[in-house]
Amino acid sequence: MKDKRILVKGVEAIAFGALEGGCNCYFGYPITPQNEIPELMSVELPKRGGVFLQAESETSAINMVLGASAVGARVMTSSSSPGISLMSEGFSYLIALELPCVIVNVMRGGPGLGGIEASQGDYFQAVKAPGHGDGKFLVFAPYSCDEAYELTAKAFELADKYRNPVMILSDAILGQMKEPLTLKPLKIKRIKKDDWILNGAKDRPARVIKSLFLDSAELAERNRKLKKKYQMMEKEIRYEKIFEGNEDIIVVSFGSMARLCKEAVLNLREKGYPVGFFRPITLYPFPRFTLFKLAEASQRKKRFMVFELNCGQMVEDVASSICGRGDTYSVFYPPSILPFPEDIEKEIKKCLKYSNSPKV
Amino acid sequence: MRFEIILSGFGGQGVLFAGNLLALAGMYRGYQVSFLPVYGPEMRGGTCHCTVVISDKDIASPLVKEPGYLIILNLPSFLKFIPRLKKGGVALVNEDLVKRDEIENYEELTHHKRVIYVPFSSLAEEAGAPLALNLCALGAFNGLLKLFSEDVFVRALKEMLGKSKAHLFEANFRAYLKGIEAINKV
Repeated sequence: MKDKRILVKGVEAIAFGALEGGCNCYFGYPITPQNEIPELMSVELPKRGGVFLQAESETSAINMVLGASAVGARVMTSSSSPGISLMSEGFSYLIALELPCVIVNVMRGGPGLGGIEASQGDYFQAVKAPGHGDGKFLVFAPYSCDEAYELTAKAFELADKYRNPVMILSDAILGQMKEPLTLKPLKIKRIKKDDWILNGAKDRPARVIKSLFLDSAELAERNRKLKKKYQMMEKEIRYEKIFEGNEDIIVVSFGSMARLCKEAVLNLREKGYPVGFFRPITLYPFPRFTLFKLAEASQRKKRFMVFELNCGQMVEDVASSICGRGDTYSVFYPPSILPFPEDIEKEIKKCLKYSNSPKV
Repeated sequence: MRFEIILSGFGGQGVLFAGNLLALAGMYRGYQVSFLPVYGPEMRGGTCHCTVVISDKDIASPLVKEPGYLIILNLPSFLKFIPRLKKGGVALVNEDLVKRDEIENYEELTHHKRVIYVPFSSLAEEAGAPLALNLCALGAFNGLLKLFSEDVFVRALKEMLGKSKAHLFEANFRAYLKGIEAINKV
């Protein structure tokens, strides 16, 4: 049978992906621009015997996620920037307790209440410090409806596999635009959780899930264990590249901004400009080694232009990945000013011109 | 093949509905499509627009700086988007709400651009569906470009209306046919 193709918003693709991934609990609090996720989940989950609950605030939603995860549910919440900040205490506890869940952030402009325009301003928050303490999320940044569907479904498997929250980091452009989505069945593994979930201590010793370790050796051990887990997650690194080896400039971008950049890069390549493209799909773990290899691919020093819808965040990860083997440039657009592919082409051409001029 | 279209008008004129419908029909016809609504605190009476891309190849950017086609339903939209229309591009303009002689530097604005006037509002009224001027405009657009067949369009329109608005199909379709008829006369 041919897979069904439907025209949906990016946020709806995320919700369909969650259902495909076996999500059976959703807790959340409304906020623009991601309200289509709870809307769809509120219709679909009860039909499938799942639970949909609109909490009284983001803080309580994330703690409901924590409870459902502890008893073994495949659970998700979604919000947008200010709501995500409210949840961050819960994030830290979820990481500490090693509880799997999927968290969707459809980013909007900030700081504070900001606006409802597209933004990538929560990059640092997502990949560096989702909550207090030394904790990390596995972070996916889809750039199309098909990818949002597949990555969200996969996120449930990976959350269970690593016993760690997984974040889908999206934004208002991808969230609100519509494009065709192929609703195809995916192979999402079910991972056994019987050995750790709190499902009643009948015929077995009681289990404790806790994050307080007053014994300093025990706490250090705990952090080492988590660190090892983050290193294991490097197996999940994904990226997309358009690169042959002798490009002078490599454009680096993620999420919906990468679509605008890709269009510009493809146009320029067609005209013969030496421009490559790199798009991290996992933002944490970051594809550091691949970027380093790109920088070292030829004798000529390369320029890495990092385009972002914020004031320059991922550029720091790119710079540290290439370890001085190339030059890094930040091209940044604060929320609400969206560049067109033509504007991006202009920026790239400017940079090319500069690199061909003799150094003084 | 690649068509880039910006549709613009007052909130309430059905610009987003028409854009969505256009993209859906394009998808049913087997093309790649993207539909990007403006995203902001828009309301009835304010201007509102959306961008539709229909292509036989993958679409990277859903944002378009200089579209090849415009569907313009009111004067503020005309003034806002005509400067962005590609050279040689085509604008379908609602004659009822956009009066040539009310626009300063009209010649300059429309230089090397083809502007086709169709009275979408009055045609929709004639079709007995005054609210369906958006469908009238789509009729004119597809009458001009012949992107998809009537079957495909009917399927997309029925899908868009859903069960709750299925009774509006006839009126909307009449307006669509009026649009085709009008453009064939131009």
